[in-house]
Amino acid sequence: MAVSIHIKNVMKKYEDNTVIRDLTADIESGELFTLLGPSGCGKTTLLRMIAGFNSVEHGTIAFDGAVINDIPVHRRSFGMVFQNYAIFPNMTVYRNIEYGLKNKHLARDEIRRRVEEIMEVVQITQYQDRYPDKLSGGQQQRVALARAIAVRPQVLLMDEPLSNLDAKLRLEMREAIRDIQKKIGITTVYVTHDQEEALAISDRIAIMNRGDIQQIETPERIYSRPWNTFVANFIGHSNRLRGVVEQTADGGGSVKVEGRMSIDMRGTRPLQPGQELLVYVRPEEFIINQGQEGEGLKGAVRVKQFLGRYVNYIIDLGTAEPVEVTSDTNSALKIYEPGDEVLLTVNTRRINLFTADTEISLMEGVESNVLHA
Amino acid sequence: MSSTHRGPLSGYRFDFWSFVTTVSLVFFGMFLIIPVGRMVYYAFQSGDIAGFTFSNFVKFFSRAYYRNALFNSIKVVLCATALVIVIGVPLAYVTSTFEIKFRRLVDILVVISMLSPPFIGAYSWILMFGRSGTFTVFLREYLGLRMPSIYGFSGILLVFVLKLFPYIYMYTKGALKKVDASLGEAAESLGYHGLRKILTVSLPLVTPTILAGGTIVFLRAFADYGTPRLIGEGYSTLPVIIYTEWISETGSNAYFASAVALIMMLVAALVFSLQKYISNRKNYTMSMINPPKPKKLRGVPNVLAHLFVYTVALLATLPQIYIIVISFRNTKGIMWTDGYGIGNYVTVFNKAAPAVFNTFKFGLIAIAIVILLGTLFAYLTVRRRNLFSSILDVLIMFPYVIPGTIFGLILLISYNSGPLVLSGTAAIIIISYVIRRMPYTVRSSSAILRQISPSIEEASLSLGYASMRTFFNVTMPLMTPGIVSGAILSWITIINELSSTLMLYTSRTATMSVAIFQEINRGGYGTAAALSTILTVTMVVSLLLFFRLTGSEDIDL
Repeated sequence: MAVSIHIKNVMKKYEDNTVIRDLTADIESGELFTLLGPSGCGKTTLLRMIAGFNSVEHGTIAFDGAVINDIPVHRRSFGMVFQNYAIFPNMTVYRNIEYGLKNKHLARDEIRRRVEEIMEVVQITQYQDRYPDKLSGGQQQRVALARAIAVRPQVLLMDEPLSNLDAKLRLEMREAIRDIQKKIGITTVYVTHDQEEALAISDRIAIMNRGDIQQIETPERIYSRPWNTFVANFIGHSNRLRGVVEQTADGGGSVKVEGRMSIDMRGTRPLQPGQELLVYVRPEEFIINQGQEGEGLKGAVRVKQFLGRYVNYIIDLGTAEPVEVTSDTNSALKIYEPGDEVLLTVNTRRINLFTADTEISLMEGVESNVLHA
Repeated sequence: MSSTHRGPLSGYRFDFWSFVTTVSLVFFGMFLIIPVGRMVYYAFQSGDIAGFTFSNFVKFFSRAYYRNALFNSIKVVLCATALVIVIGVPLAYVTSTFEIKFRRLVDILVVISMLSPPFIGAYSWILMFGRSGTFTVFLREYLGLRMPSIYGFSGILLVFVLKLFPYIYMYTKGALKKVDASLGEAAESLGYHGLRKILTVSLPLVTPTILAGGTIVFLRAFADYGTPRLIGEGYSTLPVIIYTEWISETGSNAYFASAVALIMMLVAALVFSLQKYISNRKNYTMSMINPPKPKKLRGVPNVLAHLFVYTVALLATLPQIYIIVISFRNTKGIMWTDGYGIGNYVTVFNKAAPAVFNTFKFGLIAIAIVILLGTLFAYLTVRRRNLFSSILDVLIMFPYVIPGTIFGLILLISYNSGPLVLSGTAAIIIISYVIRRMPYTVRSSSAILRQISPSIEEASLSLGYASMRTFFNVTMPLMTPGIVSGAILSWITIINELSSTLMLYTSRTATMSVAIFQEINRGGYGTAAALSTILTVTMVVSLLLFFRLTGSEDIDL
């Protein structure tokens, strides 16, 4: 029942404002595919094009190879969960879920059986006679989900479904959505601007910026091996340092960071001696050493924030910007105080190198996976 | 990301809504654009000479009689608007800031007096304070007091003010309800209190509303035919001129009447655009966290506040009450006789039953069409913004600036001959009601639609319901409160309609308001009072039904 979605050379303009430019992507059958990006990047527009709420003037969108551009919304087989849930306020929970099924020419018993089954799955059976205004945010969310999947659509579309919930419910619903999606195995396109949510829920993530997809990858890969600096900056936090290649070796070389620390890199694309690059170090990829002896970046602690499981430091290296460093409370040898002098080294197996000009990854095997049809 | 939401289906596709757009443009084209076009054309024609001529306008501006009418109209209407604001705004402030006992009753009385036709008010004032009015005679016989004349300028002004202040009252009250209580408290914390607080905070915030209300008052007073006709005596205004030119004994002059109508419409349009211009520049958005709560007053201020509110309410309702009382007085021919009974109602039953029946028949047909078209049009103008729906938006509101007499006249001129002859039919009266009274329903339907998230409709579309079924399944039920509160205004103003019906009726299609007007002219005061009472009762029952059905406490304008 699950279908694949093929988006090919799709473009969207409003007057002179290009919202999506020549976008191509394949969404695999049964996966939870997330469109992640800052607001205004075109992710919701793309989702609404798949739904049919926005027309597709350029390019094609196909379900399992069948182009759906000209199929009106009500004949496309998809279920949608809206940011504000869009539950019909004049109908009870039961009636809301039943609404889509009543349009399917099913026997009365069959409708009842399916509504009850789906209410069971999303755990709202006990609220079936309530009106939406008597439900909490999380319950409304479950109704919206139940209503969308009750019709057994080929595709499930979700537009920032958790953004109106408080932090705790967001975590709970995230699990629930993931569970239910896997259980029924439906191809799902999920839009969010929350990177943590995207990492937690997705099979694959497409990072979007200004109407383009930057990279499509699994959550682990996109975090550890970003395709370009936009992705590196958008997912998690990265410290941006400058580097120059000193010597090259097979599959790596040595790089002088900020003119002060030589590191040996492995697993890179071919490097040129003298090549300028960007060295991206995530806060947890720094190692703090006491004192200032040996090879490393000398600095002074400016700010300490104790967060329980972690300690965050802002450390002055005498470079343009101070760096952010995180250390795990459990494995830290010592907690430093503002003013303490330290020596920073990096975990060379984890950090990323980018070209200085195009800001694209120099790490071996990293791909954007963006299709150019 | 809301900037990328363009409502469902931003691409073009011929669907249910394209069909509705087409129907609406044809409808307004036939019954608004063609008649208005015809009127403009006639204004520059004359019966004597063929071809384009300014002679009608030359005639209008060169004769003192016509110039005076224009001047009279503007003078009495401006005075009325100013007075109405002076009474309506403080009344709204007092009732929404302080606790007033029986405030709900006061509101209902005010609404009733607002919604009853002005000419009935004029007629009642004449019966009370006219030359041989009950109170005039009483004061003269027993107290030796001579009342100042109620006819002419002061009479029209009195009727207009008492009839129209409720508009300002209702509008301002609505706006004050939306001013967060914290704003007043903030002003007090900064050292402003009493009148200074009102003048610096409350008043500026509701000024756009007062202006909008003032415009409605101006336009209604400007367009009113019945009041100056009954109580104006020598003081003639433009609507009276148009009517007399049209029904002239020396042969009707449609060309000259059209020219006067055009002048009136231009004045009205000017006032309307002026108000739009000002309120577009002064529009405030406010967040509401602490709704204002009426405070309890003590001592003298409390007594004064109550006195003020009750006096105004009583004055506004007095004509209505008086009419009801005298409707039970016995009459003989056109003379009042002693004693009370239901004789007048028996006469109505024998003589004017068809008029009562017509009012309900035309009214119910018209309101059904108004609800169906008004709701669809509201949807088009809110959710389907394009060139056609923008044109439609203007067309729907256009009747606001066309006085009823003129609208009746131009409909008649346009469908008196030619391929489609409608004059003398019930259809032409119903069409006039639909066009003139639809704005109320469209306005309140679109107001509620703006508060309904488009994703509710998208949800229904995504569940497989096409746009028409989505509209009737989901959108329309959610719009119901807005539709109903607009429709109640449309309905009440339909059954009260006089000025355009007066142009369009024949003996077979006369309505209650026409019958009342005829009876007054004929001297059949008893029958007129009985008919007016029936009309008032219908209105009150409609209103009570409305409050009951919607559970609302107020009527939204």
